[in-house]
Amino acid sequence: MSGRARLVVFVLGAAGLAVAFVFALGGMPPFGGSEHPYRDLAVAAALRHVTPNVVSSVNFDQRALDTLGEETILLGSVIGAAALLRLVGHEKERPERAGGRLPDAIGLGCYLLLPVTLLIGLDVVAHGHLTPGGGFQGGVVLATGLHLLYLAGRYRSLERLRPLAWYEFGEGASATAFVGVGLAGLAAGGSFLANVLPLGSFRELLSAGTVPVLNIVVGCAVATGAVVLLAQFLEQAIRITGGAGPGSSG
Amino acid sequence: MQVYAYAVAGWLALAGALGIARSHNLVHAVVALSVVQSGTYVLLLSVGYQWEAAAPVFASGVPVTTPVVDPVVQAMTLTDIVVSATVTALLLALTIQIEKRFGTVDPDELRKLKG
Repeated sequence: MSGRARLVVFVLGAAGLAVAFVFALGGMPPFGGSEHPYRDLAVAAALRHVTPNVVSSVNFDQRALDTLGEETILLGSVIGAAALLRLVGHEKERPERAGGRLPDAIGLGCYLLLPVTLLIGLDVVAHGHLTPGGGFQGGVVLATGLHLLYLAGRYRSLERLRPLAWYEFGEGASATAFVGVGLAGLAAGGSFLANVLPLGSFRELLSAGTVPVLNIVVGCAVATGAVVLLAQFLEQAIRITGGAGPGSSG
Repeated sequence: MQVYAYAVAGWLALAGALGIARSHNLVHAVVALSVVQSGTYVLLLSVGYQWEAAAPVFASGVPVTTPVVDPVVQAMTLTDIVVSATVTALLLALTIQIEKRFGTVDPDELRKLKG
C-alpha cells in the first residue's frame, strides 16, 4: 500500500472512530459528576478489608486475578525480550572499553543517591496499602535506582551488583509466589487469591491482609523484570559487536 | 471545560495513530503507539473524575467519608501503564532484531526488501 492510500485508510478509520467517540460521550454521565457506582462499591469493599489505599485494594484484593494476568504479561515480555536479544550469528561480546571521563560531581551524586533511591523504592513498596504507591511503582524505582551505577560510568560495578542469573530467577520466583498466595487463599478461604490473612487495624503497617504481601511479591517481580529487560538493551548497546550485516540472514 | 478532558484523550489517540500510519521508522512507530496508549489513560481518568473529590487514598488526616474519585479506573490505568511499558520493551527488542537482519527500520524499505 502506498503512503497516500495508507493515509486515506487512516483518515476514514479515524473519522469513523471520532464520530463513534462523540456519540458515546453524548450518552455518558456529565464529566466530574458525583455518580460513580463502581467507586462506591470499591471504596466500601476496601474499607471492609481495612485498606486505606483503595487503588491497591482494587489491584491486589478485589481484582487480584487481573494483576496475576498483568504479572504474566510482564513475565512473558521479559522472556520475549531476552529471547529476541540473545547473541545471534557472528555476534560476540567484547570486553568493556575504557569509558570516557566523567565529571567527579556526577559520579559522587550517583553514589550518594543510590542508597537513598533504593530506600525510597522499598518504602513505596512497603507502604503500598497505606499511601499512594505499591509494588509496581516501587519496583520501578528500585530497578532504575540500581542503574544510577551505570550513570556513574561504572558499567562493571553495575554488573557486579547485578548478577543477572539471580534476577532472572527472582522474576520467575515472584511470579510463582503470586500464584502461591492465590493457592493459599484457595486452601484457607475457599477462593483463589482470597484475602485470608488477619486484617489488622486501619492505617497500621501490618494490616490489610494479603495486600502488602502481594505488593512485596509484585515489587520483586517488577524490580527484577525491569533489571533483566534493561540489561538486555544495555548489553546490545555496550557489549555486543559484529552483528550480521545488512542483507545477510544471520 | 466539560468536554476538554475527553477531547484531549481522543486527540492523543488519533494523533498517535496518525504517527503510526505515517511512520518511516519503527522506533518512531513504537513511540507513537505509546502516545495512543496515553490517550486511553486520559480517557479512563476522565471517566472517574469528580469535581472537588480527593484521591482514593484515605491516609491519616483524610476521613473515610471524604468524597473520592473513582479508584477502579485508576487501577485500570495503572495496569494499562505497566502493560504498555512491557509491550514497548518487546517491540523495541523486535526493532533491534529487524535492524540487525535487514539493516533498516523503515517500514517502506522493509516492504521493498521483501519484494
